[in-house]
Parts: sequence; C-alpha cells; structure tokens
Amino acid sequence: MTHVYEPVMGIEVHAQLNTHTKLFCGSSTAFGATPNAHVSPVCLGLPGALPVLNKRAVNLAIMAGLALDCTIKKTSVFSRKNYFYPDLPKGYQISQFDLPICEHGQLDISVSSGKKTIGITRIHMEEDAGKLVHAGADAIDGSTYSLVDLNRAGVPLIEIVSEPDIRTIEEARVYVETLRLIVQHLGICDGNMDEGSLRADVNISLRPVGSDTFGTRTEIKNLNSFRSLERAIASEIERQTQLLQSGQPVIQETRNYNDATQTTTALRSKEDAHDYRYFPEPDLPPLILTEDDITAAKHQMSELPVDKLNRYIQHYSIPETEAHVLIQDIEMNRYFERCMASQSASEPKEIAKWVMGPLAGILNDAQDSFTDSTLSPDRLLELLTHLQSGAISTKMAKELLGMMITSDAPVQTLIEQKGGSQISDQDELSQIVAQILVDNPDVVEKIRNGKTQSANFLMGQVMKATKGRAKPDLVRDMIISQATA
Amino acid sequence: MTPSVVQLSESLKNGDLTATALLEQSYNRIDAVDSLVNAFLTLEKEKAYGQAAAIDTQLKKGIDLPRFAGIPIGIKDNINIAGERTTCSSKILEQFVSPFNATVIDRLAKESVISVGKLNLDEFAMGSSTENSAFKVTKNPWDLSCVPGGSSGGSAAAVAANMVPWSLGSDTGGSIRQPAAFCGVVGLKPTYGRVSRYGLVAFASSLDQIGPITRYVEDAAALLEIISGWDSHDATSIRRPVPRFLEQLNPDINGLKIAVPSQLLGNAISPDVKDMVMKALDYYASQGATYSEVSIDAFDASIATYYVIAPAEASANLSRYDGIRFSMRAQQVDSIKDCFVKSRGEGFGEEVKRRILIGTFVLSSGYYDAFYLKAQKARTFIKQAYQSVFESFDVVLSPTTPTTAFEIGSKLADPMDMYMSDLATIPANMAGLPAISHPCGFIDGRPVGVQLVGPAFDEQTLLNMAYNYQLSHPDYLNTPEIVS
Repeated sequence: MTHVYEPVMGIEVHAQLNTHTKLFCGSSTAFGATPNAHVSPVCLGLPGALPVLNKRAVNLAIMAGLALDCTIKKTSVFSRKNYFYPDLPKGYQISQFDLPICEHGQLDISVSSGKKTIGITRIHMEEDAGKLVHAGADAIDGSTYSLVDLNRAGVPLIEIVSEPDIRTIEEARVYVETLRLIVQHLGICDGNMDEGSLRADVNISLRPVGSDTFGTRTEIKNLNSFRSLERAIASEIERQTQLLQSGQPVIQETRNYNDATQTTTALRSKEDAHDYRYFPEPDLPPLILTEDDITAAKHQMSELPVDKLNRYIQHYSIPETEAHVLIQDIEMNRYFERCMASQSASEPKEIAKWVMGPLAGILNDAQDSFTDSTLSPDRLLELLTHLQSGAISTKMAKELLGMMITSDAPVQTLIEQKGGSQISDQDELSQIVAQILVDNPDVVEKIRNGKTQSANFLMGQVMKATKGRAKPDLVRDMIISQATA
Repeated sequence: MTPSVVQLSESLKNGDLTATALLEQSYNRIDAVDSLVNAFLTLEKEKAYGQAAAIDTQLKKGIDLPRFAGIPIGIKDNINIAGERTTCSSKILEQFVSPFNATVIDRLAKESVISVGKLNLDEFAMGSSTENSAFKVTKNPWDLSCVPGGSSGGSAAAVAANMVPWSLGSDTGGSIRQPAAFCGVVGLKPTYGRVSRYGLVAFASSLDQIGPITRYVEDAAALLEIISGWDSHDATSIRRPVPRFLEQLNPDINGLKIAVPSQLLGNAISPDVKDMVMKALDYYASQGATYSEVSIDAFDASIATYYVIAPAEASANLSRYDGIRFSMRAQQVDSIKDCFVKSRGEGFGEEVKRRILIGTFVLSSGYYDAFYLKAQKARTFIKQAYQSVFESFDVVLSPTTPTTAFEIGSKLADPMDMYMSDLATIPANMAGLPAISHPCGFIDGRPVGVQLVGPAFDEQTLLNMAYNYQLSHPDYLNTPEIVS
C-alpha cells in the first residue's frame, strides 16, 4: 500500500555566541588563527585547570531566550557530557543538560503559505570541541595521522532546539534564516555559516498524511549552509520515502550529509549511541539569575529584525522590498544604521538607495565589505550632501564613491582632483554651451527641426568639455533654448 | 625541641639564621633519612638555593620581607608548580611539566616561602597508605614497617621526619588528616571553598581541598592564612574575608560544647584508639569544655556514599589522560580507540582503574538514579545532620582513624578494609566542613590522632582547641628516630 507521506522535522541550531573570549577561560575566540594559538590551560584541559563561566556569554544566552519568547530559568546547571575523542581535551564537554537556561519559547516565520509558529523547546549553553585534520583519509580511521587544533575548543555556543513543528523544506530554511537574522541583529552570534558560527542538525521522520503519531526519526548533523540544509532534507525525505514504500523500516540513527554526493550516510545507530553519563559539573556552581540580571539583558537588547523592518517602512518610508534587502545583510544593515545615527543623516530613502545600490556594488566589485571598508558612513553622507546641493552630479558621485573606497582623502579634495565641483554658474555654462553649438551646426539644425533628442549628443559634448562637472538639467535647458533662439 | 615555623621566621628576621642555612638543614635531613622514608619524588635544590640566596641578600640589606620569607616547604605532587613535573605519582603523568602555578603556589611565592620539592602520594590521591604510588612506597617515620597513611603520605612523613617544617597536602576523604594522624603531626582540611583548587589536579572536585600539614598548630594557622581566600580562577572558591588565624589563636576553650558521635566510637574503632581519644576528651573537659555523646545516623552511609560520588567525579576528571596531548601514549596502536584503551590501560595503576570503573558504572544510564542520585541524597542527609548538631554544639570530636598506622602491604589485598581507614574523616568532606587532626599520644610507638570538625568557615575554633592541647602536651612533638 502506498501512502502519501508528510515529513515531521525538528531543528537544533548551534550558534556561536559573540564573545571575545571562550566560555570558561580568557582565550580568544577569533576565527582563522594559527592552530593552537588561542589556548589556555583551561581549554587545553591541563591537569589542575578549572572552568570559570563567561558572564557575557550568559547575557547573550538570556537575550536569545528573550528574543524567542522563552522562560528564562532562575537556576540552570552545567553538566559533564562524557565521551572520548581527540578533539575533546577534557574527555567531557561542559554542557547544560536537564536544567537549561531557557525553555518554552516560540518563533513566528513567514512562508509562502502564510505565517507559522514554531515552538522552541529549549536553549542551552555549551562549549565547542576542537578541530581535527586528518592526513591520508577523510576520517580518523584510516588516516596516517591526525592533527588536533584546539582553537575552537571551549568556544561558547547556544543550542536552540525546536519542537517537531516543521513540515516542509521551505519552513526548515525560513526557520533557520529567521533565527539567524535574529541572532545577528541582536549581536548574539555573527551568523557566519562558512566559519561554522551557525550550524543546524535536523531531526526528520515521515508519517502518512493525516496521521498524528510520529515515525522513526533520523538526525542529520552539522549542516552549515542553507543549500546543504535544503538538499540534505530533500535527500533524506526521498530515502525514507523509498524505505517506507518498499515496506522497510527506518532505523533510528545519526546521519551525515555529503555535499558532493548530495546524500546522507549513517554515522551511528541508536544501539551504538554513546552513554554520555551526564552528571552535574562539580567545578561550576549552579547558574543563578536574578530578575535584575534578566532585566539588564533585556535593556541591552537591540531592536529585533521584525521591528526594524516596520520602522524602515513606516518611519523611513522605504518600500517593503527594499526594506527587506536592508535587513537581510547584517553588515549592510549595520552600515545603514550607522549612517542613520549620524548627525548629518537626512533622507533615509536616499541613503538606503545609495547603500544598497552603488556602495554595495562597488564594495562587491572590490571584494571589500561594509564592515572593513575605509569608507565611513560619515564620508558617504558628506558625499551625499555635495550631491544634494547640486555641487556634483549623480554620475560624479558614483565615480567619487569608487575613489573613496581606496582613498581616505577628504571628499572635497577628491572632488577637486576630479576637476572641481559641478558648474552651476549660468554665465560660465552659457559660454561653453554657445561654443559647442558653434562647433556643431548640423546638430543644431536637427534640433531646430524638432529632433530634440539630438540635444543629448550636444549634452555629451558639454559634459566632455566640463569633465562631467556641468549640471545636466541646466545644460539641457540651455541647449534647447540657445539652439531654438 | 624542633623550632616552629613561627620561631624560625623570627630567627631569619633577627639574623640568627639565614634562609640558605635553613634550606641546607632541610636538604641535609632529606639526604640523611629520605632514602629510608621515601617521602620526596622530586627535589628542586638549585631553584630553592637560588631563592634562598636572593632572600638572604634582601634580609642583609634590611629590606622588609613577608613574615615567612625563606621558610622551606614540601608540596604534594598533585599541586602544580610552573616548570616542574606534576606526576600525581602516576606513570601516565610521569613526564608532565605544568606550565602554570597552582593558586596556592602563587600565594606561597608571594610570601617568599621556598618549595624544596614534590612529595609522594597515592596515585591521583586515591588511597589511604601511599602504597598506590607508581614510583615508591613512603614509610612511616615512627615505624618504617608501617604506612604513613594517605594519600598525602609523603607530606605527612616529610614533616614528621623533620625534613620540612610544614607541607601542603590535599584532602578528598581524609587524605590530609589520616596521614597526619598516622605520622603524629597536625593536618587541617579547610572548609570547602576556603582554599582555591586551581592547579590542584582534580580527584573528586566537589570534595577536594588543599590544606596544611605541620608539626605545630600555630604553623597550621599561619599556612592556612597564607593559602586561603577567594580566587577568580576557581568558581567554587568562596568570596569572604580570610581571618587572621595566627593572630587570633587563643587557647581559651572554656564553655565550648563538644559532640561525640557514637557512630565513631563503635566496633569499627580499635579499643586502644578509643581510650586515647577519650583521654583527650577528658583533657578538653578539664579545660572548661563540655561534651555529650550524640548519634548521627547519616554517618552510617558515609563510606558507601563517598565511594559512589568520589569515583563518579574521578571517572570524568581522569578522562583527559587519554594519551593524546600531555599524558603517556601507548606505542603500537592500530586505531584511536586502541590508543585510548592501551594508553590508559598501561598508564593507570590498579586502584585508579578500580575507581574509574566504579565511577563509570554508577553514572551509566539505568544505574544513575540508583547510585549517583541516591548518593547525592545521602550526602544531603550528612550535611543536614551536621547542621542540626551544630545548633547545639561547637565541635564534633572523634578519633581521626579507626586504628594506628598499619603495616605495609597488610591491606592491599582487601580494598574494602583499606576504605574503612577513612570512616571518620569522610563525613566532613561530604558536608564541606573544616576538620583538623592533632596528635593525642602513642600506642606501641605509633601515633594516634584526634579529629575536630567545626561549622563551615570556623577553622579558628578547631585551631584554638588543638593549640590548647599542644600547650599542655609538649612531649608529643618529639621527632622520631629513623633507623632501618
């Protein structure tokens, strides 16, 4: 008998908390350092070293809980999760287990079928493990040797666990996207999936449509891009569907997704599952939070992306599609916000247009980023002031923008280097236009015969003569009036 | 009579003694007797003499130095000293050199106290006889055929044999007090959280405390004061002021109320030890204290409780010795699992393996509730029992150990018999309370210790009582003659 199956999914998102130092010691969390450069006796698990909880990480976890409508627990407990692996220096991971910091939250997502609420079971804090590099094989088994890099070991993470409320690939993607935006905008996590700052595990089972029981689930681990998230789910739904339709059981197991083959393979079955022997971490007293701690975190929280979006649309009159673009890219968004925070910010719509358009384009071409660029929001605003006053043309402003990402010379200096600001002096322009008309009698004739679009050619000549500094609308009027005089 | 550290520090200050000469006395004594006692694992002569010379130069110039500058000390070899080996008497850490100081070592360094070397212990502090050391068996200076107790056997023996005037030990279930009792010296386990554990190689994190082992009570007060205090590196250390234990030492114990638990005077205690302790109790009564026998039923479960909780924590604490980074790695392995299994199999001794197995078992899925969780409940009962006793009493007094020092090898075949040595000391660890053992006489030439347990953070009362006892019993401070 063939059924039509419906997938039932729950997602665990691991997000690296945006702290300068690790969860239990002062080592840096910076990405990309020389292997084993960011280590201390604590994250190396040296004999005698003891963990001390990073308060900033706790603060960020509270914020995540508040943003996801969770109950923040006044008492939570760290436990030891015991297993042996070369990337786990202490032989146990310090992680919250039965008493996590946040519980019972929810998140609204917008999908093509409308709005949907996804339940959040819990958020708990934990430390990351290190990284292994294997020589001669993909895994430790079969490698000639493996190298251990403990820079990541002890980096603070939160694990956000959803209820099994997700039914489609789109919901899964949008859920993770929405979560990512929230943690990015609140500064909880940089959301960088390439660097592993945000990754997802998906629990997935199938059941006949209409059934209200759950099927046997598998867990796909460590999905670190939206593309692999979608493809892994699609492949796993396909695999489970085929199993069920051919009457074979789905085995409860952990699976790995291989991006190259776009298939999942079994990592370990339930029978092989570790007995982690969790017990309360005796080196850390229970984490006790007061109402004041929670209020303080609430006050430190910046605007949620959904509120920001509404503000852009309602107060800045930015069209909805553009407002969405401004929200999606966190670096661009921060840049825009910095522009708006400046004294000299005036026209939000105009600023948004320049940030999303020309500036984004130029930075992209130069493989530069909003965060790293030497072009400060204040300098962009200065440029836009010159544009608004009519001192420079739009074309010139774009050219100047290109210069400004490599030069930190004052905007005024750059304008002068380009041959000075826009000529808006009537007499000066008038003389130049007159000369161009004299030089091009045949074109003048065409204009007189009503072919006013021929004025564009003469405009080009004027722009060439003024190195683009002439004010276009003024020039156009002059050409028409002088030619037809 | 052997001078106290307090006296030695005065001699150093007034120029009657130099730090170098004092250090020489220490090393000469070690050279003379330690081949028989086997207390030290490592000596750091060059480093120590360098420090002593620097102190002497400063003293000569009249530079104001900390009170105990230049006093030699021995350190149990599970406490990290930067640049020196910390072996924990285990093969698996034989070559481990710590890159950092334990907080207590930093505090001693600030006081310019000089470490002469590292002292033997039961492997990873697991044991009651120091026979579980992978390197040597320490002997009891009072009777070389006997054990010095454990796990801080090296620390107690070195002080008893007059190799150092004081030493640091660590106490998880009696590892300071039991060897102090066996060796006839003073041993104090501070309130849990009083002394930072940072740099102490963990055995059972919720029970471990570092503490002083000394000949004299005033020296225990001084050393406790030096090492105590909140430490930002240890989340379980307690943020509260450190009393001036030495300055406040006061032998007046008039009106103190002593509880004597019947559970620690029963059949498990040898009659002659019990007689000795009763004599000490009578002495305290003669000084104005009163006593009554109380029954603390929760103590009946203390050994069982301890041998669930301590191994559980140990099983996790010792997981880091996996042959990957700093611990010994087995040769000839054919997979990562093989590497873990062989490195740990070859590196750990039998008692350590036994406790890792117990700990792993009691934490296993399906057994956790029946063992670990139940033990935590029993632990709470022990805490509550003490609390109710301290509503009516100031101190709980008992023998420190059921017997005097036993013969080397006599209990190795029977771990349960060995575990019974800690019958009287374990409850204080369970409740995190301060406890002291001080000598109260000899039976057949072997020392006997009496144990005083006080309310949390009231080490002062324990020191005051022991000090009172010491003032009236100067003869117990003799040094053993050490002859093979």
